[in-house]
Amino acid sequence: MTEKFEPTIIGFTCNWCSYRAADLAGTSRMKYAPNVRLIRMMCSGRLDPTFVLRALSSGADGVMITGCHPGDCHYMEQNYKALRRYLLLKRVLKGMGIEPERVKLVWASAAEGARFASETTLFVEEIRRLGPLNWGKPIEKLEDLQEEISKMEEVPA
Amino acid sequence: MSEKKNERVGVYVCHCGSNIAGVVDVVDVANWAAEKLGHQGVVIAREYRFMCSSPGQELIEKDIKELGLTRIVVAACSPHLHEKTFRTAAKNAGLNPYLVELASIREQVSWVHTDKAVATEKAKAVVAGAVSRVIENAPLEEIKVPINPNTLVVGGGIAGIQAALEIANAGFHVYLVEREPSIGGHMAQFDKTFPTLDCAACILTPRMVEAGTHPNITLLTWSDVEKVTGYVGNFNVTIRKKARFIKEADCTGCGICQEKCPKKVIDEVYEAGLGYRKAVYTPFAQAVPNFPVMDKENCTYFIKGTCKACEKFCPTGAIDFKQEDQLINVDVGNIILATGYDLFDARRVSNYGYGRLPNVFTSLEFERLSNSAGPTGGHIVLRDGKTTPKSVGIIHCVGSRDKNFNNYCSVICCMQGLKFAHLVHEHTGATVYNFYIDMRTAYKGYDEFYQRILEEGNLFVRGKVAEVTDAARGEREKGKLIIQVEDTLAGKQRRIPVDMVILSSGLQPRSDAKEVGKMFGISCSTDGWFTEKHPKLDPVATMTEGIYIAGCAQGPKDIPSSVAQGAAASARVLDKILQREVILEPIKATVDKDKCSGCRICNGLCPYSAIAFLADDNVSEINPALCQGCGTCVAACPAGAISGTGFSDEQIMAQIDGLLLRNIEAVEA
Repeated sequence: MTEKFEPTIIGFTCNWCSYRAADLAGTSRMKYAPNVRLIRMMCSGRLDPTFVLRALSSGADGVMITGCHPGDCHYMEQNYKALRRYLLLKRVLKGMGIEPERVKLVWASAAEGARFASETTLFVEEIRRLGPLNWGKPIEKLEDLQEEISKMEEVPA
Repeated sequence: MSEKKNERVGVYVCHCGSNIAGVVDVVDVANWAAEKLGHQGVVIAREYRFMCSSPGQELIEKDIKELGLTRIVVAACSPHLHEKTFRTAAKNAGLNPYLVELASIREQVSWVHTDKAVATEKAKAVVAGAVSRVIENAPLEEIKVPINPNTLVVGGGIAGIQAALEIANAGFHVYLVEREPSIGGHMAQFDKTFPTLDCAACILTPRMVEAGTHPNITLLTWSDVEKVTGYVGNFNVTIRKKARFIKEADCTGCGICQEKCPKKVIDEVYEAGLGYRKAVYTPFAQAVPNFPVMDKENCTYFIKGTCKACEKFCPTGAIDFKQEDQLINVDVGNIILATGYDLFDARRVSNYGYGRLPNVFTSLEFERLSNSAGPTGGHIVLRDGKTTPKSVGIIHCVGSRDKNFNNYCSVICCMQGLKFAHLVHEHTGATVYNFYIDMRTAYKGYDEFYQRILEEGNLFVRGKVAEVTDAARGEREKGKLIIQVEDTLAGKQRRIPVDMVILSSGLQPRSDAKEVGKMFGISCSTDGWFTEKHPKLDPVATMTEGIYIAGCAQGPKDIPSSVAQGAAASARVLDKILQREVILEPIKATVDKDKCSGCRICNGLCPYSAIAFLADDNVSEINPALCQGCGTCVAACPAGAISGTGFSDEQIMAQIDGLLLRNIEAVEA
């Protein structure tokens, strides 16, 4: 590659912890990689896995899901539900031929601006190493499809 | 995407002086939005120096009226800062306030990125995300609920007492809960208070009595909060009132039971381990309330089944060995947490020898030693109980400003050390050495106090003490405690032999602060102190509405600051009470009964039990009063039958698409 690949990442944040951590990183003028674009939700429990799939299908190279540390959920225990869905989603992604590492769950409390910044930069580097998420061009002829399939690696279960 | 919707969107890009404009090309962002987001419905995009200023807000209001805008995007700071401001501006112009979105291009862009071109690109993406999303926003109505005028104050130290009194004096009811048998907190253990050297008891006990007898205060000592449910305006709190084994209605506080009790116990709490109490006791003479408590672990009757001396001698028959813990349920509208601090355990700094070398004392032990009501009657003596020290070393910053223990400054230890120096000097005439890293005597009258201590002839050595040892080198050090220190002003190592060492220990968060925070729904900082809503502008509120913090629970502070915070927190509570109702964000989930298949997956997900299953209709239903709006059920419903206001699937999907619009553009170009 001649030009350095700059991934685009969508970050889902919780209104009570990680979004505030991002705010804190801002007010503390901490610098981090500019590749992540954030979406605020009330809780990581709000994360419908289809949001992640939508982001990946619309051009994101990775998705960062952030929430309150286990035991610290603003809504008592909903981050555990996010964790559950995250683990399941990773298996689904694997089955679809997408590297599960493209989706990452990060816990960050409202006080952890530094952690939010460093985890973001770290994730951007991880995605940079994975390279762009290429969905390929739409297939028009049947022969092309067969050729595509023959090129595919077998996905481990 | 939402090309079918005919919304008229206005985009406003804020310079925030140079805060945003210094990094993001705001003119480019506004022009781009006007040009490229026109198909989404953007009819006007402006940039302005300070959008939050009155002229900035007027700009939006004018455009809403003149251009017929139906949606507003303000690209500025975090919604946590100015969402309210711009929602109010929209409301003033007749637009539903929930049709406004903030795009955070300051906290998330200009303050965290340095490359101007990259930052401008990201700002465009964030704006595009907000535009896509705002089109899907629905007009919402605020939810108003009445506020219960009662208040819960947790912690009966000086901050909690102050808060309770302020509210009670304003005519509203307060439940003051204290874990120990008496209110008063740490201040009740102190001898003198800096810098005026007022006797702590003389200024504190009148307040304690006032709180104890106030008609608007229900005092619940020897009690713990067990459970908190509800939300601002309507909390329900369960309090465990531990069995005192004393019938409060019959007890006169005469003290005969304590006198007759044959069991002596070392008082680890109030006397810091230096004195004794009985198995039935009030921690100190001026305790409020004056009813004793029975210490079940040490009471002979509870251990052996015989004794009952207290019962025999009690003139009013107030002893009740069968008393059980009581669970009390109270409804309150607001809660103030003034749970205080724990003293740093000086044993952890093993090189200072506390617990190993008998004549090393903690600050709290010294407070009891110098207190005329303390175990030695105010005589400052060594651990043997009789020898007056001829030389005393006071070590500052014990456990504070130290990466091995606590990184922060405990604020009070310098002044505390100076106070100790004065008291030692005054009581014993001993030579006093202060060992300090930096002398921090900010605030009114404090530096003057430092000058006074200097003039009294106390000695100061600038340097962090390496070790306190009893290993003497030579005759001069024999039988002494030797303080090994690098004198950083003289630039040499010194060994100073003394008779007594006092460790000016720092403050640290309560060992259970995290659990307490969790119970009340507030967070702790990395150091473990309760986190305030804003470190400068909102130091007594928390991120959870209706929960306030005061005193050392929020961070180390001295008595004047604790009192000020107690009063400040109560002012915030009174403000809430007088509003009579509280406005709640209308973020709620609802079930579309036509789509619901009655699978009940959502039922078990709700931590607030807000989802009920209607067996007759075979559908689930959400109680809006209980729903807190987390959205977990919305994400879980396999039929897509649950929708959440404020954060709907449509809004989030649209925002995803908007955020990635620039990538699509790049591919197409």
